Amino acid sequence: MKLLVAVKRVVDYNVKVRVKSDGTGVETANVKMSMNPFDEIGIEEAVRLKEAGTATEVIAISLGVQQCQETIRTALAMGADRGIHVLTDDVLEPLAVAKLMKAIVDKESPDMVILGKQAIDDDANQTGQMLAALLGWPQGTFASKLTANGDSLEVVREVDGGLETIKISLPAVITTDLRLNEPRYASLPNIMKAKKKPIDQMAPADLGVDVTPRLETVSVVEPEKREGGVKVETVAELIDKLQNEAKVI
Amino acid sequence: MKNPFETEERRAFRETVARFVEAEIKPFADQWDEDGEIPWELHEKVGALGAFGFGIDEAYGGLGFDDCFMRAAYWEEMGRCGAGGVPAAMGGRNISVAPIHDLGNEDLKMRVLPNVIAGRTGSSLAITEPGGGSDVANLKTQARQDGNHWVLNGSKTFITGGMKSDHIVVAARTGGEGLTGVSLFLVDHDSPGFSRTPLDRKMGWWCSDQATLYFDDCRVPATNMLGEQDRGFIAVMNNFNLERIGLVAQCLGMMKLCLAESIAWAQQRETFGKPMIRHQVIRHKIADMSARIDALEALVNQICWAVNESANGDDMPVAEISKAKFHATKALEFCASEAMQIMGGAGYLRGNAVERTYREVKVMAIGGGSEEIMRDLAVRQMGL
Repeated sequence: MKLLVAVKRVVDYNVKVRVKSDGTGVETANVKMSMNPFDEIGIEEAVRLKEAGTATEVIAISLGVQQCQETIRTALAMGADRGIHVLTDDVLEPLAVAKLMKAIVDKESPDMVILGKQAIDDDANQTGQMLAALLGWPQGTFASKLTANGDSLEVVREVDGGLETIKISLPAVITTDLRLNEPRYASLPNIMKAKKKPIDQMAPADLGVDVTPRLETVSVVEPEKREGGVKVETVAELIDKLQNEAKVI
Repeated sequence: MKNPFETEERRAFRETVARFVEAEIKPFADQWDEDGEIPWELHEKVGALGAFGFGIDEAYGGLGFDDCFMRAAYWEEMGRCGAGGVPAAMGGRNISVAPIHDLGNEDLKMRVLPNVIAGRTGSSLAITEPGGGSDVANLKTQARQDGNHWVLNGSKTFITGGMKSDHIVVAARTGGEGLTGVSLFLVDHDSPGFSRTPLDRKMGWWCSDQATLYFDDCRVPATNMLGEQDRGFIAVMNNFNLERIGLVAQCLGMMKLCLAESIAWAQQRETFGKPMIRHQVIRHKIADMSARIDALEALVNQICWAVNESANGDDMPVAEISKAKFHATKALEFCASEAMQIMGGAGYLRGNAVERTYREVKVMAIGGGSEEIMRDLAVRQMGL
């Protein structure tokens, strides 16, 4: 079984993001970047499937700027076999990513594509679903457990109010939820091995995909600052504040 | 600061250690230090990262390569964990695997190294004695040959990892007085005549198992001698170089921790109507700490480069390492003290990283070669 796993380079989850002074987006200059945590879970799941003998090859794909190679290297150090980097400095919206992924799927013919349920930068939660639609493949989104049985997959999904178990046929698109697994650390021997693993680089044009954005960002603003609380002396004072200041009762 | 010697692999390894420290050590460091020990599982987790295998052949479970930048990155990131006892508790092996690997016989290496490097077992280096620490050439522990065995008598103290280690590299006198009569032995913890007691009331490093070791007619097979008889002193001296670079890099990490904690506190705390970070007296402290960090970081990088070059036949930068050791501990002393002043009363309470770092300055300034010995060694290297 051949697996494609998408890995996105995003602002590190420990960084406190700031809006650019001109309000056009989030500041990414001189900010620590890492692999989207949901994509780490995707790589971990793929590598476990390979270690279990279910998968034979794991390919990590990243789309974007030159530094996405670092993100792919991290995936290779975690155990992926090779990488594909679609190099572009353009902003990529979910539909463009799904189309590029579809073009790669057409070339590579994998049995499963694994993506994070969303990226922690734009929180779009669209790419996996769009890719499944473009491919006409079944999808198992928000997966918290994955079991491969021959030509089919049993996927436990995290849905509102509980867990849903579905059975889907391969090939399929999977998106990962937080509880699917706990990703490993890239060990030093594997970091050194990753250095020798191949990464193919191509441009969106090589895949025949037009990535021109279809959306326009009107403005990006910081959330309103939360004001400090006050202590009230009496219940009457509290009720007064709730009625006249907060206007909630 | 940007490191001119950075590579993708060095960056990736540093990131791995940093993330490991953040997730697997920091949340538990206070509790482990109060408890006086770390779980053994941590040795194995760090072993799985590959952090114990520098300079060790792959046949013995090592990495099959060495890189001083990566060694330093490990120690610096560990230094940021906020409890020096944690890396110390695992660090006995860092300073004892090289003599085993470089000087031990094949059977011994195959028996000992794979488990130690994976973190399944521990090893320590035992040089310091109750009767004298820094004066290595005059150590008193005796070893005499008895058939196929050596019989050791004497004691060692302040031994890092001493209580839990399975294997201990011991320096003992096999010849006459002075530096030419010292040999190295591998002593297993279950050797007849070997015993140990904990040094459990320390100023810092509470979760590290420092110990006093006793050798009472302790018998070890003759095959456990490491290297040639009476030639152990030079091996001990060579081994100190990488230990000291580790300590210097750990100081750098501790200094960065002090700065980060100081800034976070100064931004949050208000005095005289404004955040502390807006007061000039605090800003100058931040500047002074930061400048010392930059200087030490540049020095560490330069030394790492020189050590890597020494693998190609250049001399080991012994003088620079000696100077860096006392330079680093003095800079750490400054940063820890300034961080305490910025934290004020809050810093004086147990359970925060600055308080602990301040207490742990002295183990860095004394262990692995005291500031005084380092200055002496540096001046000797100048031919004076």
